[in-house]
Amino acid sequence: MSAGDALAAGGVTIREAGPDDEVAGIVPRWVALPESTDEVAAVMRVAAEHDLAVVPVGGGTKLHWGPAPERCDLLVDTRCLNQVLEHVAGDLVVRVQAGVTGEALAEALAGAGQQLALDIPVEGATIGGTLAAATAGPRRLRYGTARDLLIGITVVLADGTIARSGGKVVKNVAGYDLGKLFTGSQGTLGVIAEATFRLHPLPASRAWITATVPDLRDLPAIAAIAGSQLEPSALEIDWPGVHGPATVAALVEGVAAEERAKAAGELMGPSALIAPDPPVWWGRLPGEEFLLELRVPPGAAVRALAAIARAAEEAGDVPVQVRGAVASAVLHLALPPDTTASAAEIFVTALRSRVAQDGGRLVVWTAPSEAASRLDRWGPAGAATLMRRVKERFDPEGRMSPGRLIGGPPPAASHGA
Amino acid sequence: MTPALAELSGHFASILGPAAVITDPVRLRTYECDGLTYHRATPAIVVLPETAEQVAAVVRACDETGTPFVARGSGTGLSGGALPRTDGVLIVTSRMRRILSIDIDNRRAVVEPGVTNLAITEAARPYGYYYAPDPSSQQVCSIGGNVAENSGGAHCLKYGFTVNHVLAIELVTPDGEIVELDAMDPGYDLLGVFIGSEGTLGIATKITVRLSRAPEVVTTLLAAFTDVESGGQAVSAIIGAGIVPAAIEMMDALAIEAAEAAVRCDYPPGAGAVLIVELDGPGAEVAHQFAQVDRICRESGAFELRVADDPAERAAIWKGRRSAFAAVGRISPAYLVQDGVVPRTALPRVLAGIEELSARYGIRVANVFHAGDGNLHPLVLFDDGEEGAGERAELVSSEILDLCISHGGSITGEHGVGVDKSRYMPKMFTSEDLDTMQLVRCAFDPKGLSNPGKIFPTPRLCGEAPGVRKGVHPLVASGEAELF
Repeated sequence: MSAGDALAAGGVTIREAGPDDEVAGIVPRWVALPESTDEVAAVMRVAAEHDLAVVPVGGGTKLHWGPAPERCDLLVDTRCLNQVLEHVAGDLVVRVQAGVTGEALAEALAGAGQQLALDIPVEGATIGGTLAAATAGPRRLRYGTARDLLIGITVVLADGTIARSGGKVVKNVAGYDLGKLFTGSQGTLGVIAEATFRLHPLPASRAWITATVPDLRDLPAIAAIAGSQLEPSALEIDWPGVHGPATVAALVEGVAAEERAKAAGELMGPSALIAPDPPVWWGRLPGEEFLLELRVPPGAAVRALAAIARAAEEAGDVPVQVRGAVASAVLHLALPPDTTASAAEIFVTALRSRVAQDGGRLVVWTAPSEAASRLDRWGPAGAATLMRRVKERFDPEGRMSPGRLIGGPPPAASHGA
Repeated sequence: MTPALAELSGHFASILGPAAVITDPVRLRTYECDGLTYHRATPAIVVLPETAEQVAAVVRACDETGTPFVARGSGTGLSGGALPRTDGVLIVTSRMRRILSIDIDNRRAVVEPGVTNLAITEAARPYGYYYAPDPSSQQVCSIGGNVAENSGGAHCLKYGFTVNHVLAIELVTPDGEIVELDAMDPGYDLLGVFIGSEGTLGIATKITVRLSRAPEVVTTLLAAFTDVESGGQAVSAIIGAGIVPAAIEMMDALAIEAAEAAVRCDYPPGAGAVLIVELDGPGAEVAHQFAQVDRICRESGAFELRVADDPAERAAIWKGRRSAFAAVGRISPAYLVQDGVVPRTALPRVLAGIEELSARYGIRVANVFHAGDGNLHPLVLFDDGEEGAGERAELVSSEILDLCISHGGSITGEHGVGVDKSRYMPKMFTSEDLDTMQLVRCAFDPKGLSNPGKIFPTPRLCGEAPGVRKGVHPLVASGEAELF
């Protein structure tokens, strides 16, 4: 039986893929739409028998992130896995299928005055995709990121094995934490089918304090605000151009939010404004088509901003937009899609070398095709060999989103070295 | 000692110096168990390295000779995670206890694995910072052990566990490489996987932890109830009101009796249960929440409330709780400490179930628990002089875990699986789940030399295909390999 017939015979909805299903330029042959974890496993078993390369997809909002897959025959689309399976308000725990969107989950929890305290930067993203890409947003400062809120996971491996780790209690140290391993795995280890999270109560009130300054030198004291007893839940920066003004915004939440907002306003300087709603850019990425992520230790955040400006200058004044968690020192950078590959290369190399002394890391998530083929996406990582060994154990045939993350097989050039 | 091990110990002496290698049977016995004293095994060799390079050299030699090794910090673990191998090497990190930096600018500290948990907080305190995870043994337990066990503590309800506070680790892999795992690195979150792996994926030799700002205000409240049910009702109502306290702890009448006998904690007389609720954060928020908690406790039937706003008063309230484990020694010749977790809403049913077990087997059970996150620490009391009592206590302890599992909970919330609970893992996980975890193990430790026999019940050899188990593995039968 051909692979297509075998997929169709399995009882799971299968359709032929079209140009809209492309993954970073690679068009698969089929799309599977499983409706249960067992159906995901059935599809994966067929894929294993017929040596099909598989890329999991949720809302499709970040499918272009990371290098193109080396091959891609089958998309496993989780959009029909869209049930909130269990929400026990008294336990502050929710169990969902991977295809539930962030918006749908927020709505399901709001009735009980609860939330998954994780900002999802892209509209329409699913929980599975959010986990696989390990995206987070402003409130990481207070609540951590997806890996800190995830307490249980069900995954389907390349060979169709269904595996679970964690559970539905917050405090649990039984066995290895596969949830941590799959969070940020970019679809390279298996398909995330279900996830269980710890929840938080919705805060009684919220207030945003914003201050716009003409120049980096006038930035409010980030460290002093982050370390203050006002306990901001988030502290963000929006810097649309390195020669222009920057806006810093803090979020305070809780029963005495307004009182603390006033005190935060004093720390943030004379231009500070207090509002009950976030600024329009809050929690959104600065761009989609050419997106980079910079991480440095928190004390180096302001130095990193200066380094971005210098690297942009060195690359011929490439216009760069910066946005992100300035207190946690995780910043997103967007370059114009028409940036030349050579300018992009100079920018990335210059910025990596400038932040290296602080131990900074720069990842290129998306890039126009010419730049994409020339840029080193990941930069150095201390544990690349261990990552490769993990990948080989979970996916010995290299069929899960092959080549989409650091830790794939070593480049051909290094074989036999 | 076998000639091979004798040769290995000679090699270690040449790397570490003879003073850092122990083979004297009497001195070896110091290390025969950790905090779980009823599992004992005298290690063949103990080494006391001082640097990561020394640890790596020892591990490389173990790798080359196929010798199993076990890492040990302060030896306070309660699941036998640091139980040595009689045919192996025990690598003790107690001489690696330098605090390498307290970096307030970056809100982090870099320490060696033998540094105690509390020492980090003490070093950070002058700057207004602290290290958040606070296991009850924090005065002595090592940060390396905390990493291995993903330790929690009373305040993890609000602040999370070790894994939420470690930013980077330098480790020696089971084949003797020194590798850095950093939360900022792209790629798989191996840092998150390593923490809580109970020494089975390698040995941490340097740990970077997040320092947290000491809260502006801490208020501790002790509420006395006539019974556990009304205390539990108060806990549900507090959580239901959208409050996340730093800690919510509960003790039942028997645990209170033991604490009174041991440390005279002077809890309200006649209490069938006491609840300790700690609130911390910005002053205005704490004041507001305190008013709510106070009202909820009264409405749930608290007959006495005490409030502590300063460290001395707070210590007085915590005294009984902190001493509870050791205190039961005053009311019982022997006891088992259990560590199970249930969803918070299942607490009343599980506590009733424990009472039933206690009555059925004629074994007293004192309950101390982290009520906020459903983490129970039943203390199963018995007289080891009475025939069959130990066995009955074991049964009670084991059936408590069955209760936890049947209510959707876990067999361990913070003490780890170790050797003690590996046999329960198949009750909580399917063989597919365990085989998948084993893939991680094989990626890090294909020879299975790093802390073998912990967490997993008789796993397959790396490379063996999954399928129906067919008796003894041929390599084992022929003596060429050993199932760890």
